[in-house]
Amino acid sequence: MLGSQDRHEQMRVTRIIALTDEATDMRGLHFIDTLCAQAKPGQYIMIWNPEAEEVPMSLASFSRDGTSSVLVREVGESTRALCGMNKGDKIGIRGPFGNGYVLQGKSPLIVSGGTGVVTLVPLAEEYVAKGIRPTFVLGARNEKLLPFRERLENLLGKDLHISTDDGSIGFKGYASELAKEIMGERKFDSVYTCGPELMMVSLFKETEKLGLNIQASLERYIKCAVGLCGSCAIGPYRVCKDGPVFTTEMLRKVYDEFGKSRLDPSGQAIRVEH
Amino acid sequence: MSQLSLAVELPGIRLRNPVLNAAGILGLSTKLLKRVYEGGAGAVVTKSIGLHQRHGHDNPTLVSVEGGVLNAMGLPNPGAEYFVDIIKELKSESIPVVASFFGATIEEFKNVADILSEAGVDALELNCSCPNVAEEMGMLGADPLNTEKVTAAVKEVAKPPVFVKLSPNVTDIGEIARAAEKGGADAITAVNTLKGMAVDIDLMRPILTNVTGGLSGPALKPVALRCVYEVSNAVNIPVIGCGGIMSWRDAIEYLLCGATAVEMGTAVMTKSFDVYGAVADGIRRYLRENGFKEVKEIVGLAR
Repeated sequence: MLGSQDRHEQMRVTRIIALTDEATDMRGLHFIDTLCAQAKPGQYIMIWNPEAEEVPMSLASFSRDGTSSVLVREVGESTRALCGMNKGDKIGIRGPFGNGYVLQGKSPLIVSGGTGVVTLVPLAEEYVAKGIRPTFVLGARNEKLLPFRERLENLLGKDLHISTDDGSIGFKGYASELAKEIMGERKFDSVYTCGPELMMVSLFKETEKLGLNIQASLERYIKCAVGLCGSCAIGPYRVCKDGPVFTTEMLRKVYDEFGKSRLDPSGQAIRVEH
Repeated sequence: MSQLSLAVELPGIRLRNPVLNAAGILGLSTKLLKRVYEGGAGAVVTKSIGLHQRHGHDNPTLVSVEGGVLNAMGLPNPGAEYFVDIIKELKSESIPVVASFFGATIEEFKNVADILSEAGVDALELNCSCPNVAEEMGMLGADPLNTEKVTAAVKEVAKPPVFVKLSPNVTDIGEIARAAEKGGADAITAVNTLKGMAVDIDLMRPILTNVTGGLSGPALKPVALRCVYEVSNAVNIPVIGCGGIMSWRDAIEYLLCGATAVEMGTAVMTKSFDVYGAVADGIRRYLRENGFKEVKEIVGLAR
């Protein structure tokens, strides 16, 4: 039934309790919400600065003390409005939504590109809490754009591998390229990825070649977030509810759209650019 | 009991069972609508299609409320010409398709009906009852004369049968239904969402960007059920019931009140796509347990 027990689907208003700067162009927004505190790695919320549009954001952290956070990069009006908020400002929250990652590996490889790291850090932390230290590839355009680098260095030590497009630090090239090298040297039983879609496509192809399971977190235009409107459709799935984490089997079913086309807010298919 | 059949006849279209998805639900893509059909629906209903591409309203466009959901999507759709391919893909898989559509003017209603007819849909569902957009596009169906006019205009060009979807936000829905029938409607879908609003007391403002939205889900059911009862008493054409159906029991209530078929939307929020098949199975069990052989035998029994 739909009722008060389904509170995660309802709009709650809470305050920003802290703001943090990450890399050079990202802001962490921290808030208290009991339902977000119980989230799973890979889940997202709909977050709303009441002066602008409500948007989907992956949870970058959530802890038992009730504090959660999202990491916002300015890419348009709504994200600019979120980045410009102050401590004490009110935000609206719906969620957490989506399936999240499944922890199924004994030797996992995690591959992150750009802001994709947001969903993957909580995953790495949960693996470490279970006594498994994943291998983590953290990729970005350059050294200044590596969010959560310290958090990951402290967590993973030498199992953190860095790549930058311009080679300003670590491996020069895409995270997927470094990941392929590492997969050639060592054996993994599961791969996780979040980042630019074309990078994820490249990694998916590699895992198919090697016969490895992959879980990839996809992004589409999300409106309702509860699986009703179909705006976030890819193949037979709704990114908002069946995803955002897609397994190998699901990726095979959406292969003609993965890295190729997405729906714009009207429902017309447009090209995936990156 | 092998003769027990769930098949129902709507004008121009025979369905394997009387359970459809409601317009606006998952109706933007071929593969999601195919999943609705594979989940057990008797036919699929598309998102409401207009003449031109529309992005709809800004988020928040949906908010969960006690007993249901309020939405103000604002008729996002890719435009009729674009949608032709999606209809053709569905038809190539032999899926019965009802195309929901709207227009900003009576001329636009005709144009869209014409394009969708040519695309090969099995039926058109004329949406003159969206509460979330400007009146000329949305609540044309609040007035009997306008309802009759737009129905008659669409009937001039439509090749497949035309179902007219009515709003519960009117004083006398029976009168509107009679006007649609007079305009030549082949069936009535009752009802669209009930206009409502949600306010946040911390923000001291409405939650939806559009301020008001349409209520769906269990809270709508008693109102919608009454509408179906009144409409089926007012007209001699079939009625499709819609509003807050979450289980097969709800669907039976609609059939007993005079609906020939039902549409379900909000249930998909808490249940899987199989909900369509599960409701059809429940209807089958009910018919068997009560000694009926066909759905139409129970239509309108609650008098």
